Amino acid sequence: MAGHSNYVPQSAAAKWLESRLPVISLVRGSFVDFPTPKNLNYWWTFGGILFFVLIAQILTGIVLVMHYTASTDAAFASVEHIMRDVNFGWLLRYLHANGASMFFIAVFIHMFRGMYYGSYKAPREISWILGVIIFLIMMATAFMGYVLPWGQMSFWGATVITNLFSALPLVGEPIVQWLWGGFAVDNPTLNRFFSLHYLLPFMIFGVVLLHVWAFHTTGNNNPTGIQPKTKQDTLPFHPYYTMKDLFAIVVFMIFFAYFVFYIPNYLGHADNYIEANPLVTPAHIVPEWYFLPFYAILRAVPDKLGGVVLMFGSIAVLFVLPWLDTSKVRSGAYRPLFKQFFWIFAAVCVGLGYLGAMPAEGIYVVLARILTAYYFAHFLIILPLLGFLEKPKPVPASISESVLGGSGSGQPAGAVAAPETK
Amino acid sequence: MAQQDTVEPTRRDFLYIATGAMGAVGAGALAWPFIHQMNPDASALALASIEVDVSAVEEGQSISVMWRGKPVFIRNRTEKEVVEANAVPVDDLPDRMARNANLGADAVATDENRGVDGNEKLIVMVGVCTHLGCIPLGQAGDFGGWFCPCHGSHYDTAGRIRKGPAPENLLIPPFEFISDDVIRIG
Repeated sequence: MAGHSNYVPQSAAAKWLESRLPVISLVRGSFVDFPTPKNLNYWWTFGGILFFVLIAQILTGIVLVMHYTASTDAAFASVEHIMRDVNFGWLLRYLHANGASMFFIAVFIHMFRGMYYGSYKAPREISWILGVIIFLIMMATAFMGYVLPWGQMSFWGATVITNLFSALPLVGEPIVQWLWGGFAVDNPTLNRFFSLHYLLPFMIFGVVLLHVWAFHTTGNNNPTGIQPKTKQDTLPFHPYYTMKDLFAIVVFMIFFAYFVFYIPNYLGHADNYIEANPLVTPAHIVPEWYFLPFYAILRAVPDKLGGVVLMFGSIAVLFVLPWLDTSKVRSGAYRPLFKQFFWIFAAVCVGLGYLGAMPAEGIYVVLARILTAYYFAHFLIILPLLGFLEKPKPVPASISESVLGGSGSGQPAGAVAAPETK
Repeated sequence: MAQQDTVEPTRRDFLYIATGAMGAVGAGALAWPFIHQMNPDASALALASIEVDVSAVEEGQSISVMWRGKPVFIRNRTEKEVVEANAVPVDDLPDRMARNANLGADAVATDENRGVDGNEKLIVMVGVCTHLGCIPLGQAGDFGGWFCPCHGSHYDTAGRIRKGPAPENLLIPPFEFISDDVIRIG
């Protein structure tokens, strides 16, 4: 990262600092001078958007904690206190609650972008795996955060999800009691979830730095999937991508603000405005929308342990994705068959999400089974075979060639020659 | 050519292994309090038994009482419900074990083994679905017993799983009559 910087400290103070802690050249090498492929499209801005959402969640979370009380007696009332009494409490809470959904919208787009353009393939396997780890920690954080308001959905969501571990033979029951700190979800559970919900975002932040470190070591992937070959293929990160990312972040903020100010409860459940009651389960419990595809997989299997194994397996399979895709061509843009299967797969994921929200009966169960089978077949059968069966289209010789329409030297009239080299 | 050297262990090797082993034991001993603090604490264990007067539960009525943070169903079943429960051959059940903490682990799921000894109409069960822990609704579902709305598990009038994803019959907690009318659960 630092190696990309041509920074030479000028002032005496900068020289003094640089010789003791080379932090200026590290930042410049990573986020200013860093050579970035010049053809990144807007799908690549979701990394920056995710960083923005992470920071927004941490900031709103820290201030919400100043007013929240983690106790089964007080939690529900303290959330209402935030909504009604605390200055701008309603705004901070709605930002935080909808921010979680924005985080998942952005991360799903970011992951599908990585899948379409083969960003997981060599040499970026570690970046991908770190990303899957971030996704797992995100899911744990979101789940525990949803428990904190101590509404009916909080309580029963926590009960159902922690009970997943009871499916494990022999150790299941002790593990669940260990997670609960009792014999049911109760005050000890709420307190430990609060503690971990505060901790995990900082762990995400740490893994994000590793994630960035990894793909800054290999260089960014790009829509062509071919490595930059000359300086003409790249642009410095600043100002080209700082501005592009910032523009995307502002557009995303508009989308985010629409939810916060106009439909703040659209993605939530009315049942969570009823205080937790351990004696009554709501008639139709569903997880938050971002867990629905995984919930559909869980319910598709008639066996308890089998359902839990497949649900965790649906994420675990992402860890080995770099080795399941056998194609030599990285980007889906040059893979005619893969492209079609990619969109089928995306539709299957959306379909599973829909089925996860439906009651587990009749045709919905049958469809969930078919789509679950397809989900796994995509990774375990289709991707390995496609590499052998598919005839990819020819890839361009360089990023410049693909950008300039094949001529390689075409230049708009009046354009400054290679401004990026200045 | 590879040459096999068998090097005699030195005192330095011994010290290296002994130090490492000591460190591992120390790390494990230090980790245990951090892990064990999450297990049910003394206050949770102290609430582990309750006493309930069951004499007021008329035939066809059920009550729910809280035990260890979970509901316990106590139902005085109707004649019809007992007959239905007895009519099912044990071999037809998805879970053939009684799951009764008052009997041995190998007791089979006959209605006799599920109900209260000496009062076949009465049944005492932990009201928590054995699938993922929701509270089943009483006198509902395909078998007139309990039905879990979360993922569609149907239990019969003896609380035995008949249809759906739950793996086990509703658990029967340890309990005993401490007088003619009062049971102690736990």
